[in-house]
Amino acid sequence: MPADLDHAGRPLIVVTGMGMVTSLGIGQQDNWRKLTAGESGIRPITRFATDGLRTRIAGAVDFIAVEPLCAPELTERFATLAGEEAVAQAGIGAKGDFPGPLFLAMPPVELEWPQRRELALAAHKASPDERIGYDAALRQCSTAPFRGYHERFQFFAVADHLADRLGTKGSPISLTTACASGATAIQLGVEAIRRGETEAALCIGADGSIYAESLIRFSLLSALSTQNDPASEAAKPFSKNRDGFVMAEGAGALVLESYAHAKARGARILGVLSGSGEMADSFHRTRSSPDGKPIIGCIRQAIADAGLTPDDIDYVNAHGTGTPENDKMEYVGAAAVFGERVQSLPTSSTKSMIGHTLSAAGAIEAVVTLMTLANQRIAPTINYQVPDPAIPLDVVPNVARDVKMRHAISNSFGFGGQNVSLVLSPEPA
Amino acid sequence: MTSSRDIWITGIGIVSSLGEGPEAHLAALDAGTVNVDTAAFAPYVIHPLAPVDFDKQIPKKGDQRQMEAWQRLGVHAAGLALDSAGVKGQADILSRMDMIVAATGGERDIAVDDSIMADLATGAADDKTLNERLMTDLRPTLFLAQLPNLLAGNISIVHGVTGSSRTFMGEEAAGVDAVRLAHAKIAAGQSEIALVGGSYNAARKDMLMLYEFGSFNLKDRFAPVWERGPEGGLALGSMGAFLVLESAAHATARGATPFAKLANVASDRNRRKAGDIESTLRALWQRIAPNLRPDHAAIVSGATGAEPATAAEHAVLRDTGLPVRATGSRVGHGFETQFPLNIALAALALRSGKLFAPANGSPGEAAMPGPLTQALVTSVGHWRGEGLALVERIEGGAAHAG
Repeated sequence: MPADLDHAGRPLIVVTGMGMVTSLGIGQQDNWRKLTAGESGIRPITRFATDGLRTRIAGAVDFIAVEPLCAPELTERFATLAGEEAVAQAGIGAKGDFPGPLFLAMPPVELEWPQRRELALAAHKASPDERIGYDAALRQCSTAPFRGYHERFQFFAVADHLADRLGTKGSPISLTTACASGATAIQLGVEAIRRGETEAALCIGADGSIYAESLIRFSLLSALSTQNDPASEAAKPFSKNRDGFVMAEGAGALVLESYAHAKARGARILGVLSGSGEMADSFHRTRSSPDGKPIIGCIRQAIADAGLTPDDIDYVNAHGTGTPENDKMEYVGAAAVFGERVQSLPTSSTKSMIGHTLSAAGAIEAVVTLMTLANQRIAPTINYQVPDPAIPLDVVPNVARDVKMRHAISNSFGFGGQNVSLVLSPEPA
Repeated sequence: MTSSRDIWITGIGIVSSLGEGPEAHLAALDAGTVNVDTAAFAPYVIHPLAPVDFDKQIPKKGDQRQMEAWQRLGVHAAGLALDSAGVKGQADILSRMDMIVAATGGERDIAVDDSIMADLATGAADDKTLNERLMTDLRPTLFLAQLPNLLAGNISIVHGVTGSSRTFMGEEAAGVDAVRLAHAKIAAGQSEIALVGGSYNAARKDMLMLYEFGSFNLKDRFAPVWERGPEGGLALGSMGAFLVLESAAHATARGATPFAKLANVASDRNRRKAGDIESTLRALWQRIAPNLRPDHAAIVSGATGAEPATAAEHAVLRDTGLPVRATGSRVGHGFETQFPLNIALAALALRSGKLFAPANGSPGEAAMPGPLTQALVTSVGHWRGEGLALVERIEGGAAHAG
């Protein structure tokens, strides 16, 4: 078969540009250096008052300032930084003229308390004797200080602004599949190229939603680690003493391209997106099916989609959130797919260092997985001090390791039964 | 001419202020019924949901309790669509059914927000108090009713749709692109059967607030969308709409009867400078509707009533000379749900062979006595979101069981 088609005769899909922002820093190189050094980006939250909260730490990207400070503004900024890095590395199109569609994974956005407070104060000023609530606040909404909130808090606006800036084509897709969102954005790009609709796609996962209420909502579900001190040791995926995930922010971006198109323009190939798998779980809103069937099916589908077998996989970039439930179920799934080999198959969690970047995680971790293959070095699972005997995985504990690898898999599992796995590979010889 | 990769609409699940299901909608549309509430959220005008028996599609009360109104509405409409397609409970089909939901933002607890805003207004609450109030007053499960992807999640749980699950966000554009991608996947052989749609709850002060920031809400008095004038606005409408789309080959193999053929769907984006809407709509029209039979074709418009978008769309549609029906005049505006709903209404009209009646008091909507074989469905969102679909009658397909 021609080298630019995959095992199923579809266009082979390669990655020619990548970008990332996390709490560790901006850009692939800075992040890779810190990830392989086992550095943590988790620290006390300074963005808002954390008095009275059970969790007071996060992997916030707190070295980038935006105005007004709110999730859509942060998300847009992170997505722009990662997207521009990826497009520049790909050297595709002209500046501000990307030759394909945009698929953006982002958090749902809504008015936040700082804005509600401003409205309440304005309403009180206008009507001092009235008890202020939505009715009084509604009368202030169309006045000058607040008019910009319509656009800022439309779901479509982040992608709309990105499309303007990067010059992507057509109607941009904004999507959410909870913690699998970043991987779903990549799947949509893969599918569009396989359909022959486009030769290139820009896939971004971005999340800047660390604000008081979002933290509290996760906290009320008991999903977050409460080990506030020291912050850098809170994210402990696969450890026996793991006690939840750590909220985090960032963005990951990938330029996907058909191999034929990339070769024709002499692009450097960073890796191959060789397969994707997906299976929804109908068991529960926040918990995985106890038999692990959807996770198992998802991983198997991804490997089959790549035309590989489980024995071909040399590395797993785990979803690895550090919640008691996720890590156990991820092990159950992996053990079913990989058999006894699971105990010696390197399986690390990037989230041990950068936390759970939510809508961005699937994209950031795909970038990390491709860098892992390119460098033949696995960044560790840090904070692994107390192994969990129920999860006998080789988690690449605490220090980076050089390993010879060809194919890797990156897992993303989310609330609402969302499961997506991606298989990543080197350029065909 | 039928091809095995034609995309058929084989299931329709619709609920709105006009009632539930195809027959209720066609009857209400022909009778000129409009269900509008100018009092409950005065001065804002909304179209409230008709009474719905959620037990019929969401039998477990526990499931209903885990959802807020927009999710219950969506899960209910999705169930109606699966029933209509004859695939409800068929695990082998549902386990490979692809799902694309166009979702709105999650609902807030208005009472909690009201009470906290009252304290913030007078300075009685500082940041610490705000944190404490949120920690105590927010229901933990409200978060799950907030997450847009939990509409899809609940459809998986209640109806067992598990092939794939994607949730698009982006108001009107999300509705158009959800249908467009489901269509494209089936056309390319990436999927055989898909569930696509959304739901919207209009009875929400937080939603009125979001649109009041841009002065988009219709106030005080109801009028059809074309007659709202330069200061017009959109009236939020509660609605749920899901479609089952299927390759003709897959539908034929299982003996399903189609409502209509979804021939083509296209979307685009512009910055909404003067003239942008007109040029985008005309370009989309050229792309998907070059072979219309003008005497047998009509337009089902998603015009919102908000300006200047509505006037711009009206100008383009008038030039086509085709009869137009703006569903915003009948059921209000439901953002991401409007386009799937309008595809459903177009498909029902095509199956019946005739266009439903014009809106009362909307002189621009001409009667159409003749047979209907093609319908163009438009989207020109209140702020962004241009799209167009072509839906066609399938001759001999009129005997749908559902």
